[in-house]
Amino acid sequence: MTAPRAVDYDLTIKEASDRLDRGEISAVELTEAVLSRINAVEPQVKAYLHVDEDSAREQAAAADKSRRDGGVGPLLGIPLAVKDNICIQGMPATCASKILSGFVSPYDATVTGALKKSGAVLLGKTNLDEFAMGSSTENSAMQVTSNPWDLSRVPGGSSGGSAAAVAAGQALAALGSDTGGSIRQPAAFCGVVGLKPTYGVVSRYGLVAFASSLDQIGPLTKDVADAALLLNVLAGHDRHDSTSIDREYPDFTAALDGGVDGLRLGFPQELVAEGVSDDIKAVVDGTIKKLEAQGAIVEPVSLPTLAYALSAYYIIAPAEASSNLARFDGVRYGRRAEGAKDLLEMYKRTRAEGFGPEVKRRIMLGTYALSAGYYDAYYGQAQKVRTLIIDEFKQAFDKFDALISPTTPTTAFEIGAKTASPVEMYLSDVLTIPANLAGLPAISVPVGLVEGLPVGLQVMAKHFDETTVLRVGAAVERQAAFGERPLLD
Amino acid sequence: MLISREDVEHVAALARLALTDEETDKLTVELGQILEHAGKISEIDTAGVEPSAHAIKVTNVLRADKVGDELSQEEALANAPDREDDAFGVPKIV
Repeated sequence: MTAPRAVDYDLTIKEASDRLDRGEISAVELTEAVLSRINAVEPQVKAYLHVDEDSAREQAAAADKSRRDGGVGPLLGIPLAVKDNICIQGMPATCASKILSGFVSPYDATVTGALKKSGAVLLGKTNLDEFAMGSSTENSAMQVTSNPWDLSRVPGGSSGGSAAAVAAGQALAALGSDTGGSIRQPAAFCGVVGLKPTYGVVSRYGLVAFASSLDQIGPLTKDVADAALLLNVLAGHDRHDSTSIDREYPDFTAALDGGVDGLRLGFPQELVAEGVSDDIKAVVDGTIKKLEAQGAIVEPVSLPTLAYALSAYYIIAPAEASSNLARFDGVRYGRRAEGAKDLLEMYKRTRAEGFGPEVKRRIMLGTYALSAGYYDAYYGQAQKVRTLIIDEFKQAFDKFDALISPTTPTTAFEIGAKTASPVEMYLSDVLTIPANLAGLPAISVPVGLVEGLPVGLQVMAKHFDETTVLRVGAAVERQAAFGERPLLD
Repeated sequence: MLISREDVEHVAALARLALTDEETDKLTVELGQILEHAGKISEIDTAGVEPSAHAIKVTNVLRADKVGDELSQEEALANAPDREDDAFGVPKIV
């Protein structure tokens, strides 16, 4: 066995897969290269909550054997990371919460089962905001993850560990979950690609539920082609998730080279309103000009109710969370408070000791919004606003093939900068939340750097039109020619 | 003041959360700030608008009532903080 080349961990899935097919590298060598990279940079980045080196080596050896026996596939032998709110049988699933310390998943999520079946090497579990509630991964009860581009800054959240791991070469790609931007916002902050599929395209079975009508699993990758490759494996109907959609899914890699010539792209004015930094506006404007030069027709469009999306989201998501998190009661799994005299006291103390401040805040907010006397004014009204947002998007997609916007109002902020103000923190999701409320597919693609920090462009399309999202995303990627990696050494 | 300290105590009891006095004070302020922002949705006229619980309309999904390849009792109990024989153990209820 030769020593792995120093750059093997920087390969895309496609590049690595081609090398594996040509016999230039083995899955074991590739996995060793990534494990070495993890050992080298993890003390600075802290992207992972759990790395299982022995299991990764076994999976890699099995992938090599499968390939020798004639096995093929774009993920065979590819080392990947999984957000720690998605179950892998036999591994911890802490959701970065003390209440799940010691929990070992008794089963595979449907997505991790699919990855295993395709021969991927699952390296371990990545850090997140506790129960995916947050925008900086600082709400993890375990550790603070750093942005590989600037270690004093946050990686975004809640899939901050997955985004940082991919950016730092600690996995070729990773899975995240996105409830209000938790894949796209950290992808933008860390200079990688993040895709949230249409609600229902990917099974949520084995994803610890936060807000069930908004949650969706998706890939964080080094380029758009890899996102399409992973989506091919992730998409599909699942009898274990009654909201997963039973339909035929295309080969998502087929339209990547389609370009934007003749495509109509809308630019929602509500998503470049107050709060979006001038630097980000300038980078996005530059990208739009390049897309126009490629034949895209870009026009401003107004979706007035988007100005209320964040407000509606911070009623709906906590309401659903307060219901979903009722299951953490110290009875069936996780930790239990000691010495309670009766069941009710055990519940209250278990939850008080096990949940962190942001999770408590959202449970309280959601319980309030659902309680007698406030239900109609908050939850009922928010659901109606959601209808208006869905309808405005539908009208926009009558006219446009896709909508584009910045992914985030600012680049990655300093660790600690927004922890004192929940509302300030919530505002960093203001551009990504509308796609969750409307269930739309959306991608963030890196398009440039501002003062050394990545900027993401978001592309949204109508339900089940991942093909257009990926096609426009790939065109954006070619125009931006980003291709940069953070310097960590 | 959108939410009082008494409201916070009431909601904490509903949510089965034992909050400290400091947490209750802090949440009274923070929930007030968040509700002030979220309350902007009341500005929108939603007369005649149907509420949406989901973005994608799905109808009830039915299946045959057949036992599949699911967790065994031992697997289901493996993560329990306390068990008694083949059941989850809990403190005294009555």
